[in-house]
Amino acid sequence: MSEPEQVWMCDNCNIPLQPDKVDVAYMGNAFPVELLKCPKCELVFIPEDLALGKMVEVEKQLEDK
Amino acid sequence: MFPVYGALQWLNNSMDQKELFELEQQCIQECAPPCTAACPVHVDVRSMLAETARGDFSAALKIYQKAVPFPHILSRICDQPCQNVCRRGEIEESIAIRALERAAVNHGELPEEKKRPMPKRVGNVAVIGGGISGLTVAYDLARKGYKITIYESGHELGGGLWKADRDYLPAEVIRGDIEVIYELGVEVDLNTLIDHIHLVELRNAFDAIYIAVGPHASEAYELARDQYGLIKVDPVTFATSMEGVFAGGGLLWGIEMHSSVTSISEGRRAGISIDRYLQKVSVTASRINEGPYTSCLYTDISEVGTRPLIEMGDPDFGYEWHEAIQEGKRCIQCECMECVKACEYLREFGRYPRRYVREIYNNLSIVKGTRYANTFINSCSLCGLCAEICPENLDMGAVNLKARQAMVTQNRMPASAHDFGLRDMQFSNSDKFLMMRNAPGTTASDYVFFPGCQLSASSPEHVERVYSDLQRQLPDSRIGLMLGCCGAPANWAGRPDLFESILAAWRMHLQVMENPKVVLPCSSCYQVFQKHLPDVEIVSLWDFFDEHGLPAGAVSANHTVSIHDPCSTRYESQMQDSIRRILGRLGYQIEELPRSRERTTCCSYGGMMWLANPTLAEKVVQKRIQEGEADYVTYCAMCRDNFVGRGKRTWHILDLIYNQGSDEQATRRGPNYSQRHENRARLKRHLLTEIWGETMDGSQPYESIQLNIADDVQAKLEQRLILIEDIQRVIEYAERTKRKLLNRQTGHYLAYYRPNTVTYWVEYLPTEAGFAIFNAYSHRMEVPGSGS
Ligand code: SF4
Ligand code: SF4
Ligand code: SF4
Ligand SMILES: [Zn+2]
Repeated sequence: MSEPEQVWMCDNCNIPLQPDKVDVAYMGNAFPVELLKCPKCELVFIPEDLALGKMVEVEKQLEDK
Repeated sequence: MFPVYGALQWLNNSMDQKELFELEQQCIQECAPPCTAACPVHVDVRSMLAETARGDFSAALKIYQKAVPFPHILSRICDQPCQNVCRRGEIEESIAIRALERAAVNHGELPEEKKRPMPKRVGNVAVIGGGISGLTVAYDLARKGYKITIYESGHELGGGLWKADRDYLPAEVIRGDIEVIYELGVEVDLNTLIDHIHLVELRNAFDAIYIAVGPHASEAYELARDQYGLIKVDPVTFATSMEGVFAGGGLLWGIEMHSSVTSISEGRRAGISIDRYLQKVSVTASRINEGPYTSCLYTDISEVGTRPLIEMGDPDFGYEWHEAIQEGKRCIQCECMECVKACEYLREFGRYPRRYVREIYNNLSIVKGTRYANTFINSCSLCGLCAEICPENLDMGAVNLKARQAMVTQNRMPASAHDFGLRDMQFSNSDKFLMMRNAPGTTASDYVFFPGCQLSASSPEHVERVYSDLQRQLPDSRIGLMLGCCGAPANWAGRPDLFESILAAWRMHLQVMENPKVVLPCSSCYQVFQKHLPDVEIVSLWDFFDEHGLPAGAVSANHTVSIHDPCSTRYESQMQDSIRRILGRLGYQIEELPRSRERTTCCSYGGMMWLANPTLAEKVVQKRIQEGEADYVTYCAMCRDNFVGRGKRTWHILDLIYNQGSDEQATRRGPNYSQRHENRARLKRHLLTEIWGETMDGSQPYESIQLNIADDVQAKLEQRLILIEDIQRVIEYAERTKRKLLNRQTGHYLAYYRPNTVTYWVEYLPTEAGFAIFNAYSHRMEVPGSGS
C-alpha cells in the first residue's frame, strides 16, 4: 500500500483518489497539472514537497513576469 | 481598489527619464579617480595598477596602450600630472605612476595585434609637423582609414622628442615607437618646410589640416592670434580661424619643449574634431572632460594604512617586476562605495546605487519579460542610512519606496511580497485589537496613549503598566487609550491608498477625542505621525519620561549596556538623548555602538525586509548583534525581539524601567506570530474589562477550536508564516463540510482551505480535547475545492 493512489482516500465519498488533470491557477494564468483527485467530488491532493517546491518556483516566475 | 495607470503614465508622473538621470548622477561611484581625471589622455591608472599588483604586466600594458599611442616614449618622459592629485599622496608619497607605466612596458608583452580589417573612412589629411602631437593625429586618423601625409621640416620624425635627454630617451626608443606610423601607411615628407603659401595650397589639396609645428615655426601662418601672438584655437575642438585647419601642441603655449602628454592629448582631441568634420557631424556636441579635469569621486581614506614608496634597485632600468608589484599594491584603488560598505542589503546584490537606479528603472519600464529587480526593490529596509552616509545624500530607501508604489500602481507587485505583513496590520486594525476610549468618566482626552501594534504584541504587560503610570504621573489630565496599527506596513508595501485610509481613521478618532496629545513608545509610529499627520501633537514616551520623571518605583541597576537606536529614530536626536538620560538615571553605563544615532542600522524589520528576503534579514540581524559585546538596550519591541531571537541579550528600555533588567527578560524570546495576535486581542479584552468594565463580543466559531501542536510543528508553522487562526479555519471548514482526505497509512486527515490569498493544508486528527496537528503547509496557487 505504498503507491500514493492507494494511500489517499476522499473521506467524504469514501473512494480512493485517482490521477487526473487538474487546473491550477495563479495571477490570471491557469495550467493543467496531473494530481490525485477524488473522481466524485473533485477534492484534490497537493503533496507537501510539490507545494513548497515546484509551486513556489512557478509562483515566483509568474510574479516576476 | 486603487487607480491603475499604464506604466508610461506612471513614468511620466513620478519617475521620468530626467529624474532617473538625476538620481543616477547623484551617485558618483563611477566618476574617474583623481589620477585618471588629471591625466590628459585619461589612462585608467586604477585598473592598470590593479593588474600590476597582481603581477599581470601584459594586462597592465594593454590598459596603458589603450590610452597612449607611443607607450615606450611616454612612459619615460611623461610629466605625470596624475601624481599631484593621487590620494596616496595625502598619506605619504604618491604612487610612482609613470615608473609603473614603464614597468608595464618593460615587463609586459602585447599580443600580436590581430589583423583587423581597417575601417575605410574617406578623406585626405595633412599633418604639418612630425612631433608627438602631429604623430598622434596621424596615428589616430590613419587607424580610422584616412589617408595621411606628414610634412616634417627636419630629416626625421620626432620633432621635440629629439631635444630630450638621450640617457632618458634613447634614439632607438623613439624610432621603435614611431615605426608604427610607417606601418599604418602614412606618407611622410621629410625636409619639407611649409610656409603660409604652402599652407593655402595644402588646404586646397587636402580635406583637413593639423598644424603641430613648434611655436617658432608657426609664426609664418596668417591665422587669427591671441593677445600674446599665439595662434588662437577653439579650446575644445582646436579649430583655427581657417576652416578645416586645426592646430595643437607647443605652438599653442609658446613652448618648444611642451609637455608630451598634453601634446598627445591635444592631438587626440584635434583628431576627434577632424574625424567629425570630415564625417559632417557636429564637431562640438558632447565633448566634456576630454582634457584634464577635477575628479568628482569621493573616497574615504581615513582608514587607509601607511605603505611607504618602493625604491628602485636600478633607477636606470626602473622597477624590477617584484618591486613594481609592491609599488602597485600601494594604490588605494580609489572608489566611493560608502553606502555599500555600510548597508548589508546594498552589498548583497553586488553592485552600487548608480547601477541599482538603472535596474529599478528598467524593471519598472519592462512591458514583457522577467522583472529581475522585484526582489531587490522589496528587500530594502527603507532605513535611510545610505542617504546619511552618501556624500551626495542619495536615498535608496526613498527610491525603493517610490518603485514599490509604482509596482502597485502598475499592478505588478508580487502578491507574496508583503501580504503577510499587511494581513497582520489588518488584524491589528480589526475589532480584535482596534479601540479608542477616553478615560472612564470623561468625554474627551488631553493625552492619549498609543502603544502601537508591536509593543502590544511583545509586551502587553508593559502597555497596561505604562497606561496606569501615565495617569498617576498626570493626575489632573484626562488620559485616553488608543489601540491599533499606525499603518507603517501599508506605507512600506507601497500602498499609499491603504496608508492614507488608515491615517484618515486616526485623524477622525483623534478629533472625536478632542485632539489629545498622542504619547508614543514606538518610534515607527512616531515617524508615521510626525511625517504624515503633521497636525497631530505628539510626544514620544521617552521624552515624556525624561520631562515628567520616571514612573514611581522605577528601579536602578549598575550595569554596562550598548544602545541600539531604532532606525526610525535616525533624526530624532532628542529622543536618543532622552533614552541616554533615562539610562543614566537608572544607573547604567553606556558603551556606544560604532554605529548609533543618525548612523544607526535597521534590525531588519523596517520596510518588511524580513518578509521579502528572510535570508538577507538574517545576515542583517547577525551583523548588528555582533557589533557590541555588552548587553543591548533598545526602545523598539521589534528590534528587541529580533536580537533576542538570535541569542543576543537585549532589553527593551521598559524592561529596565520596570524590572531592573532581569536575565529572564534579556533572554526571553518574543512571541511567535500567532501569539502576537493573541497578545493583542487579550490586551484589548483585558483593558476593556478592567478599566472600562466592558466585555467584548462577537468571536468567530473557529476561534474556539482547541489545537494541540508539538513544538517542532510549531517551529515549522512559524517559519512558514502559518498562524493558529489559519489552521483553525481549515479545520472548522473541513469538519463542517466534511471535505477532507484520509491517509490510509497514517490514519490522519488532510484538509485544505483558502481563507484569504493563501491555500493552507493541515494534517490533523480529532482528539478528546480538540485536534492534534501533525503538519501544515501552504501555497498561493489556486486549486479546485479550496472553498474560496
Ligand atoms: S591611489 Fe591609485 S586610484 Fe587613487 S589616485 Fe592614486 S593612483 Fe589613482
Ligand atoms: S555613497 Fe553610495 S550612492 Fe553615494 S555616491 Fe557613494 S556609492 Fe554612490
Ligand atoms: S534605506 Fe537602508 S536598507 Fe535601504 S539601501 Fe538605504 S541603507 Fe540600505
Ligand atoms: Zn470526494
